[in-house]
Amino acid sequence: MQYALLLYSSPDAGPQSEDDMMAEMPKWFAYTEEITQAGAMKGGEALQMPDTATTVRVRDGQSVTTDGPFAETKEILGGFYLIDVPDLDAALEWAAKIPSAPYGSVEVRPVMELPDA
Amino acid sequence: MDAEIFRTEWPKLVAILVRDFGDLELAEDCAQDAFVEASTRWQADGRPDRPGAWLTTTARRKALDRIRRTANYKTKLEELEVRAKRGPDRSAGEIVDDQLALLLGCCHPALGLEAQVALTLRIVAGLTTEQIARGFLVEEATMGKRITRAKTKIRQANIPFRPVDRAVLAERLDAVRHVIYLIFTEGHASGSDDSFVRGDLCDEAAWLASLLVQLMPDDGESSALLALILLTDARRATRVDDSGIPILLEDQDRSLWDREKIADGLRALERASRQGLGAYGLQATVASFHAVAATFADTDWFRIVAMYDQMLARGGGSVVALNRAAALSYVDGPAVALVEMDRLAADLDAYLYFHSARAELLRRLDLTEDAKAAYERALGCNPGVAEAAFLRRQLASVS
Repeated sequence: MQYALLLYSSPDAGPQSEDDMMAEMPKWFAYTEEITQAGAMKGGEALQMPDTATTVRVRDGQSVTTDGPFAETKEILGGFYLIDVPDLDAALEWAAKIPSAPYGSVEVRPVMELPDA
Repeated sequence: MDAEIFRTEWPKLVAILVRDFGDLELAEDCAQDAFVEASTRWQADGRPDRPGAWLTTTARRKALDRIRRTANYKTKLEELEVRAKRGPDRSAGEIVDDQLALLLGCCHPALGLEAQVALTLRIVAGLTTEQIARGFLVEEATMGKRITRAKTKIRQANIPFRPVDRAVLAERLDAVRHVIYLIFTEGHASGSDDSFVRGDLCDEAAWLASLLVQLMPDDGESSALLALILLTDARRATRVDDSGIPILLEDQDRSLWDREKIADGLRALERASRQGLGAYGLQATVASFHAVAATFADTDWFRIVAMYDQMLARGGGSVVALNRAAALSYVDGPAVALVEMDRLAADLDAYLYFHSARAELLRRLDLTEDAKAAYERALGCNPGVAEAAFLRRQLASVS
């Protein structure tokens, strides 16, 4: 079963300086390596800051484009992993190991299974 | 259908079916079907020698029938063959594991606390949605929605109903105990006008706790929870008067306390104490000192205070400190206790029992005006109907 692990954190939590960010990188590499080795990794990416976001809505057939994320919130979506594991408990275990979990939040969302065509 | 058979066989049957078919709703529906069939067949043919085995066979047959009626049944049946290799008859040990997995699944932290409570009563205790709704004083439709939402999450997020690793077992058992204790306190909450229904919840909580002890006989805190429930519930008949107004511990007719529950509670507490007491163990010990005191004056307040000290040493909060101060009033007198209580004023200013406990101390000290003011403050904290009646009576008695 597939789950998306959505990584949220507040911009003023976690590493702030360039050096601190560099220092945290090995943790991310190690985590990605571990989850890949375990055969659970399906994909994932880190995202740029929300001030680089553009939001698109189609209303009455018209595409409306606005600057910024879809909602202004204190905690921002910084990236995601897509994993394939047997059940929610396994997904929660992987979520708890994510390097940003100590200062951010990880939302675990089951991926909708569409019936085979 | 014999109520006792339903009690013992229902959770086993649901647990076995969940393990067999990996589908909570299918398990629940087929367990229900099997009990319905049993109620007619057993009446006609007599009860089978092994009712549990009869129910399991019947429910499994019904589950397979239902699966055959679904679209992609071939794939499902293949999957099930893998599970079925465990053998058709579960050993007693496996049934214990299955039931524990069922309890842990219903109390999974990915579900909201209210949903955990409702599911535990529905799935493990086999209560109807209507019974649960009545117990929690909500509309049946509301409770139905709550249960449906929880089941949907279980299915869509694939919340597992399986034994958990030792490493997380302690934490997960805490959640199960918390749910059972919440069911008990909901039932025990005084001042309700429908005490009959509420009493049912106390019975369910006691039964769930004893099931947990059966499944985890060596787990001290689970025995302690059972002890706490039994020792507290032993006073049920004397806690309120005929009009539902609370009766103070000192005025309760101890001859009406349930001796059998007290004996069972003390046995459970003894089992728990062999491993050192945890949070429930300390509370149960306090309850035991009340339960064994022949009169209010005979209560071992000194040791009750010591128990509260231990709770505070382990991080107990202001409410524990309040209880300690109330107990202390019978050791060092109400004046000393009042000093202790007044220290808690900032934390507990909005807490009804802070003001009512304080009022009792002031009344004993003959500080009539202060006592009246404290009862008034308690009345300002949104008491229930019966509680308000109690407070007004106390207030009138000092005037």
